[in-house]
Amino acid sequence: MMNLFVLQLLNGVQLGVLLFLIAAGLTLVFGIMDVVNLAHGVLYMVGAYFVATFAALTGSFWWGLVLMLPAAVAVGLILEYVVIRRLYTRSHLDQVLATFGLVMIANETVKIVWGVSPLSVPLPEILSGSVPLMDPLRYPVYRIAIIVAGLAVAAGLFVTINHTRIGMLLRAGATNRAMVSALGIDIGKLFAIVFTLGAVLACLAGALVAPILSVDTGMGESVLILTFVVVVIGGIGSIKGAFLGAILVAVVDTLGGVFGPILLRAVLDPSAAGQAGRMLAPMLVYILMAAILFARPAGLFGGRA
Amino acid sequence: MTKTKLLASTLLSLAAVPALAQDVPPAAQDDVLKIGLMYTLSGPAAALGEHARDGFMLAAEQMGDIGGMETEIIVVDDEQRPDLAADKARELVQRENVDFVVGPIFSNILVAIHQPVTETGTILISTNAGTSNFAGADCHPNFFVTSYQNDQNHEVMGAYAQQQGYENVFLMAPNYQAGKDSLAGFKHSYTGGIAGEVFTELGQLDFSSELAQIAAFQPDALFTFMPGGMGVNLVKQYDQAGLSSIPFLSAFTVDETTLPATQDAALGLLGGQNWAPDLDNEANAAFVEAFIEKYDYVPGTYAMQAYDAAQLIQSAVSKLDGDLTDRDALRAALKEADFDSPRGDFSFGVNNYPVQDFYLVEAVKRDDGRYATSIREKIFDDYVDTYADQCEMQ
Repeated sequence: MMNLFVLQLLNGVQLGVLLFLIAAGLTLVFGIMDVVNLAHGVLYMVGAYFVATFAALTGSFWWGLVLMLPAAVAVGLILEYVVIRRLYTRSHLDQVLATFGLVMIANETVKIVWGVSPLSVPLPEILSGSVPLMDPLRYPVYRIAIIVAGLAVAAGLFVTINHTRIGMLLRAGATNRAMVSALGIDIGKLFAIVFTLGAVLACLAGALVAPILSVDTGMGESVLILTFVVVVIGGIGSIKGAFLGAILVAVVDTLGGVFGPILLRAVLDPSAAGQAGRMLAPMLVYILMAAILFARPAGLFGGRA
Repeated sequence: MTKTKLLASTLLSLAAVPALAQDVPPAAQDDVLKIGLMYTLSGPAAALGEHARDGFMLAAEQMGDIGGMETEIIVVDDEQRPDLAADKARELVQRENVDFVVGPIFSNILVAIHQPVTETGTILISTNAGTSNFAGADCHPNFFVTSYQNDQNHEVMGAYAQQQGYENVFLMAPNYQAGKDSLAGFKHSYTGGIAGEVFTELGQLDFSSELAQIAAFQPDALFTFMPGGMGVNLVKQYDQAGLSSIPFLSAFTVDETTLPATQDAALGLLGGQNWAPDLDNEANAAFVEAFIEKYDYVPGTYAMQAYDAAQLIQSAVSKLDGDLTDRDALRAALKEADFDSPRGDFSFGVNNYPVQDFYLVEAVKRDDGRYATSIREKIFDDYVDTYADQCEMQ
């Protein structure tokens, strides 16, 4: 049982860093630009499709990953310029409608361009296989690589936000947008940077996860809701909050998914226990969210409620 | 005057409708042999339908005029939606006047189109789905199956686990009817202990939690039923998690439709099937070679079973010299199953489901670099499904 706990903890952290990469962009866009972007999951999906395409073209996962980055920047800039820019002054309802429309357009476009069959991305040779953990348990090298890459990006973001000029502007923008603008900062440019940064992070998450999942059109939506929970728990606009929230949500979700059914199996038949456990795990996440919001209405690190 | 004409034509067309319910459908009275193929050709499971369609079309092309009759084949996509499939099936029998409907892949589609097709006297040949109800109490003289009864592939794996003396098998399937039937089928022929029984969400893609449980329990073997994209992900992740030392027994998970995506990750994994591309007989060698020649991929069981459906139609139509009006004679000719199946022994049981051999198969890489399943050993000989006793058809 201890073995299982350790394995699941690792799985939780791995899901957590992925959630963080997606949530970081979402919380910045929401916190600084005050835009509710339902299409954020689309960027995650597009990142996965990009890496699948480029890896197939070049025959190497690493080239796929490298080429994905400029493509992600381009998608971010274009989306910001064509759609998001027009939503800054609109109400949240308009933003939800527009970005929801974007989700449907993007999914159909992906189907037209890449077809309906899921794509698969081969694992890079050096990261395939598994390492011994505690005998007889083994853990896939690639999932460890995801954890390392995610933590590195988190550290980089942390330094950027706390110790650079652009980071200072981001923090200021999240706290008081009007004042930043009044001090003579080009808010339009700042917004474009923020949105593109978020887009690249989400694309990166999609690209990292592509070799372990199959690349499919619905993959963005499945992760978006959990990401919003992370943003709300962490506090809107807070990168630190997004990180803690993501790890917390992911660990609760994965541990609950396994230990829920195991505990329930003592009192129910396996089929019913499996079903109830499946429902219990996502419920735990929302119970956690409710509890945190009860204690801290603005989230863990939220500046304003 | 025009109103009278309109009324008259309406009455005439209404009068024509009951003719459909008679035993001899109008399709049988012309000289053209019309066949409707209904497969899932879009969405995540499209590959299965493509295998089946290509298998049938290959046979049709080799035969030219099937049974000496001018042949017309209509291909429709059921989109894996039962409501749509029922409508399209009605269209095939009532508007297109087809003589045979061939398909589908999925059991829920079969249940939806069975009545609309068979009640008009048209023959329905399922080349994959073989539900228990139509094998047992609801068996029908106009319904034939060239695949298997759904439970059988799972029973093969259960029998293999039993034979290996496993005492602790971990079971995993998606949480829907076919998943539950699968585990029930496995347990029908396996009486050893169960290490764990997990039902996953249908469409789940990340199996890290389930694999962690398997790693922690260290069972003698895993038995799973994960069709389509779920299976692709599970196989890849199973390999990545370093669980390959635990035998991987499966049904409908490791086959020619998923192997192109899983490739090396699936090598050595086991499944239960009624055939494999390397089954040693003349008819099979010719079929597999012609198929790869034409379509440039290795056929799966879906293709082989559809190929046999075409051979079945050809054998019956030739016997009757193209006269399909005597329906009893047609059904009798079909039931004789007088053709050489690539799977070797093939005959129909009392319920029009096949009586055939089942094998343990293993995923291998062929000499030409393609991936395929390969026969390891025969598990059941001339195996009759367990529902045939409940069929009261003669």
